[in-house]
Amino acid sequence: MEALLALVIGVLGGSGIWLVLRPRTFQVIMGLTLLSYAVNLFIFSMGSIFIDKPPLVRPGVPADLQHYTDPMPQSLVLTAIVIGFATTALFLVVLLASRGFSGTDHVDGTREEP
Amino acid sequence: MTERFPHLIVAPVVLPLMTAALLLLLGQKRKRAKSIANVGAALAGLLVALEILHGADAGGLSGAARVVLMSNWEAPFGIVLVADRLSALMLVLVGVVSLCAALYAEAAWGRAGAYFHALFQIQLMGLNGAFLTGDLFNLFVFFEVMLAASYGLHLHGSGWPRVRSGLHYIAVNLLASSLFLVGLAVLYGVMGTLSMADIAEKIALVPARDRGLLHAGAAVLAVAFLIKAAIWPLNAWLVPAYSATSAPVAALFALMTKVGIYVLMRLSTLLFSAGASAQFGGTVLLYAGLATIAFGAIGLMASMSLGHIAGFSVIVSSGTLLASLGMGTPAVTSAALFYMLSATLAVSALFLLVELVERIGSDGQRRVPDLDVEPGEDTNLDDEEAPLVARAFPVSIALLGLAFMVCALLVAGLPPLSGFVAKLSLLTALLSPRGGGHASAGAPVPPAAWIFFGLLLLSGLAATISLARAGIRYFWSSGGRLPPRLKAVEAASLLGLILCCILLTLFAEPVLRTTSATAAGLHSPKAYIEAVLSMKPRPGPTRPVIDEEAP
Repeated sequence: MEALLALVIGVLGGSGIWLVLRPRTFQVIMGLTLLSYAVNLFIFSMGSIFIDKPPLVRPGVPADLQHYTDPMPQSLVLTAIVIGFATTALFLVVLLASRGFSGTDHVDGTREEP
Repeated sequence: MTERFPHLIVAPVVLPLMTAALLLLLGQKRKRAKSIANVGAALAGLLVALEILHGADAGGLSGAARVVLMSNWEAPFGIVLVADRLSALMLVLVGVVSLCAALYAEAAWGRAGAYFHALFQIQLMGLNGAFLTGDLFNLFVFFEVMLAASYGLHLHGSGWPRVRSGLHYIAVNLLASSLFLVGLAVLYGVMGTLSMADIAEKIALVPARDRGLLHAGAAVLAVAFLIKAAIWPLNAWLVPAYSATSAPVAALFALMTKVGIYVLMRLSTLLFSAGASAQFGGTVLLYAGLATIAFGAIGLMASMSLGHIAGFSVIVSSGTLLASLGMGTPAVTSAALFYMLSATLAVSALFLLVELVERIGSDGQRRVPDLDVEPGEDTNLDDEEAPLVARAFPVSIALLGLAFMVCALLVAGLPPLSGFVAKLSLLTALLSPRGGGHASAGAPVPPAAWIFFGLLLLSGLAATISLARAGIRYFWSSGGRLPPRLKAVEAASLLGLILCCILLTLFAEPVLRTTSATAAGLHSPKAYIEAVLSMKPRPGPTRPVIDEEAP
């Protein structure tokens, strides 16, 4: 599962970076979204990845990471999702304003040289 | 440790938040009430910051940090706010600049949009919170609060240049936030904690095989702050964004680069001042900072408009601070702190001045029709001189000219103002590597210090040339134009910032004593770590007995 998760994060992050470097604003925002998915998964994977282990300390079971998964990255990722979502939404507004001002969706507001 | 107000350090975060909420409730109509609330809250913030600094400075050389456990949980588990000398100094800086920016905004900008004041206060909350927080994740949250407000403030007043530079600014900062989270997650993976004091204490226990991962995490985290601090290859966003935005916002933005510097200063001294990873990244910081100074100086020489000059001055001051952070000696850090105070105030004043000065030559709607036909560029000025002599010399031009001159002296670091004191102490500290002033004259000066020395002087020269050129163009070659109309609050805010710089010059000795105590505290972080980790929660009246076990 670690390999799969690493692969998913890598592919998401790689595509995100490629898209962010593209000249169209829509591609940039898609890239930022993909990157934030990659980052969120990455934070999540920093707590130990287990199947069927709740992030709770249960009575009678020793409270070490062998028996439960770390709740901290989960709460961190929740906050990161909310903040990332809000700032991306804000970016979308600026993107539309830029489209309105320049009439093009190029990030610099000028059409590319042919 | 008995203090007058043990929970006072919560106020710099809560006060702007509450004010912002109040400002939203006031609605769009009551503009006067909103203005008063905004300026009043900024003033209260400054007073609170001064009180915190007083408290932090009274602690003697050991510099006891004030700690508040926000939810009454012990330090590594709960959220803590910590105010030591460095935090308190930064809070005071925020207080001064924000008060002047708020005053300035009352002239016109505050009325240009419905939510200016609320966003302004939220930005202050983010700044203050970033300076006070004691753990990395809250640092991220306060960073985002600050940035989200700054996105709104940057676009305040709208217009194509703002939207265009805003698009780049936001994209770069979203990327930087992603890097921040990646670095944070790696650090958590290695250390198992996000409390700065806890990380600092446990960093010696990290086994050798995990050191690489720790360093990678710290480096990724540092890149996020370096983007904010406008280090050389990563600062293309700064000049367009800062010069396009409205004047009071730009003055506030001058503080935001200092957040990056502050965090680097805090984390590099906490994490890497001793042990196996001592001075990690110091060389990179030093040379990247030197490259940033060079870039800023070249940019200063190349820029024609005053807005760009102010933007490149921010870059030069960032480069100077980063390079002196890379030197890693308490004496240099102390001088750098003084430089940071002086440079931030000066650049903020310059940003306020940009808009006022640009009114001189502007063909705005304030043009009075009795002026004769505008002479062309090549007209003999002697013909135009005659009517000018009879006219009274306008006060606004005189005031702006004087303010510009003072700002130029401050930014370029020429005597007799605080910019010179800052540069002189920085140069002295560079040439006495062991610290302790002139006593260690025999010790060899590292070559990087000489490069730094030269670049610092060269950047001062570049700033002098660039500002003198701008001054000639704006003040001397604009003869025959109308004097700009200057409102009282605008003049007051500008003079306030300049007055602070003059006070900084007059009281340079006590301020330098404080900064050197701050630097000494930074470079021996034991006191900070102990203050945070030894803080015990208050026993609650009805606290149930829980079988507490460390996660």
